[in-house]
Amino acid sequence: MAVTQQKTPVTGAGPFNGVLTWVDARFPLVRMWKEQLSEYYAPKNFNWWYYFGSLALLCLVIQIVSGIFLTMNYKPSAQEAFASVEYIMRDVPGGWLIRYIHSTGASMFFICIYLHMARGLMYGSYRKPRELIWIFGVMIYLALMGEAFFGYLLPWGQMSYWGAQVIINLFGTVPIIGPDLAIWIRGDYNVSDATLNRFFALHVIALPLVILGLVAAHLTALHEVGSNNPDGVEIYNAIDPKSGKPMDGIPMHPYYTIKDIFGVAVFLLVFSAIVFFSPEMGGYFLEYNNFIPADPLKTPEHIAPVWYFTPYYAMLRAVPPMFGSQFPGVAVMGAATMILFLLPWLDRGKVKSIRYRGPKYRIWFTAFIISFLVLGYLGVEPTTVWGEFGKGLPIVGGDYVALWAARVLTVVYFAFFLLMPWFTRNDKERPEPVRVTG
Amino acid sequence: MNRISRIVLAVAALVPVLAFASGAKLALDKAPINLHDKVSLQRGAQAFVNHCLNCHSASMMRYSRLSDLGLTEAQIRDNLLLAGEKVGESMTTALDAKDAKAFFGVVPPDLSLLARSRGSDWLYTYLRGFYRDAGTKTGWNNTVFPNVGMPHVLWEYQGDQVMQVTTKVDPVSGDKVESHKLVLDRPGKLKPVEYDQYVSDLVNFMTYVSEPAQTNRKMWGILVLFFLAAFAVITLLLKNEYWKDVR
Repeated sequence: MAVTQQKTPVTGAGPFNGVLTWVDARFPLVRMWKEQLSEYYAPKNFNWWYYFGSLALLCLVIQIVSGIFLTMNYKPSAQEAFASVEYIMRDVPGGWLIRYIHSTGASMFFICIYLHMARGLMYGSYRKPRELIWIFGVMIYLALMGEAFFGYLLPWGQMSYWGAQVIINLFGTVPIIGPDLAIWIRGDYNVSDATLNRFFALHVIALPLVILGLVAAHLTALHEVGSNNPDGVEIYNAIDPKSGKPMDGIPMHPYYTIKDIFGVAVFLLVFSAIVFFSPEMGGYFLEYNNFIPADPLKTPEHIAPVWYFTPYYAMLRAVPPMFGSQFPGVAVMGAATMILFLLPWLDRGKVKSIRYRGPKYRIWFTAFIISFLVLGYLGVEPTTVWGEFGKGLPIVGGDYVALWAARVLTVVYFAFFLLMPWFTRNDKERPEPVRVTG
Repeated sequence: MNRISRIVLAVAALVPVLAFASGAKLALDKAPINLHDKVSLQRGAQAFVNHCLNCHSASMMRYSRLSDLGLTEAQIRDNLLLAGEKVGESMTTALDAKDAKAFFGVVPPDLSLLARSRGSDWLYTYLRGFYRDAGTKTGWNNTVFPNVGMPHVLWEYQGDQVMQVTTKVDPVSGDKVESHKLVLDRPGKLKPVEYDQYVSDLVNFMTYVSEPAQTNRKMWGILVLFFLAAFAVITLLLKNEYWKDVR
């Protein structure tokens, strides 16, 4: 018989103590509980921005659970998909609720993720030693975009169909391999039943698995190095000599678990208000044209992707084709997401948090946020929006105002990253406090 | 300019986005929708079955679901099932798609979700916007859907409208300004106010059909929001209690 390591029995007087001791002798349950929750020390000064991490996790759970129930009644076939969604909406008991939870959940997931990323940017949560947390996070973001894109084809409405058509055609612009690549993605020469089937497989199995794995990695890396906070100073710099615990840290459980439940309650209030009273959200969460079944012979007048893709879509439209190829726009769009990976190494500032950053960083950061938001708006609208401005001006006036605005904002977006090594290096930063404030 | 327009054209080719010509969009009349008015919905159902269902289907909608409108199965069978369908069947037209294509040039679209894709206001304006036009195949045209393949099915009720174009000269700029106005040329069975009511009942019904669960949804929503508001207060108090010792 192999010699097993003797563990101290779980002490205490609870009714399940015996069971707990039995389990703990075979599985590191108590150790995991302590390491991840009851003895994981988080800074005490988290503000409301820090709700969005746990809320994003909640969104993932909501999407998985509601998705499982949708899958029970949805039919992934070009002939039946659209009708099966309406079957869920009309004939399946509670089906409309499940469907709206899933459609609202997709947009709310992105809202949480965007706010979560903005938080990370503001407080320098991507800086050493948290580079890998950020990188796993960006990978989750990319996987989520894929997940959302594949999922959006499934209702098989006009926007599903033509949105997929446009995005897949982007891959067709890649030099040399493009056309074959597009066919390989579609599984056909057009978006068709074959495309729907594979997108279904990717949406319900492949990407959820990838996302779950990445979330596990994201959280493991986080709990390895500890959480950042709005001051951007490490709580492990101030250790209580008696207990050996960080003086500005509090255990995740019960403090943040309880606090996050309050966050969940407020979040669900907003979520439910949308689900029950405005599931279409004025055409932003569910596009009106998607209530028309997919028709390969009829291109809709205005194809706009769902709002969470529109900043990149605006960049794509802003870049003119070069050498007879539209690939440059696609490359810019791809680069806009890939550049996020480099962020930890572009930032040369001495302080992490925006609270102590100098004026140069603050101006660039504000310009970046504004450019991202305005690009998002422009991506929703036709290219001729703002056509009433500067009608008489040559080149940039009238119908071209929005196009040039998108070009300038695209440059600002990239400049924020590419110039960061310079404007962060010699900025007039204020000194960080030794310990967290507030 | 030429280079720029080439660029714009190329971008537009990659991403098929057609511009809305500014000012060309017609203002829609607000449809007086009231999904709690069951009598209006019942009248709308009657109008829908009598006029729309001849050519259009509402294939996502089952007749039996009309019990939502306060109708019994027997009432549905006796008043709304005109071609001997069963109550559990969906509302499909007897018109063959091939025939329809031959008659109208297009297969009349399924109406199950039209109020969601086009909107109730569009439907309300559309059904009141037909006018005589000798230049079209059907002899009818429409203000919100120019050269639509559908003739004015409700013409007996509304009567004949014609489009009156008056040209005025702007006293300041001297430009000619055309104004378009629909006028009733020959009255129908209903007075204009009655016809508006008739159409609003029909649009009310079509709005219901586009999402039969919507009234139920909002009712549940109120309950859920009350529960969550109470839950939020309790969790806030709980959080404050736990956080008392954090300084």
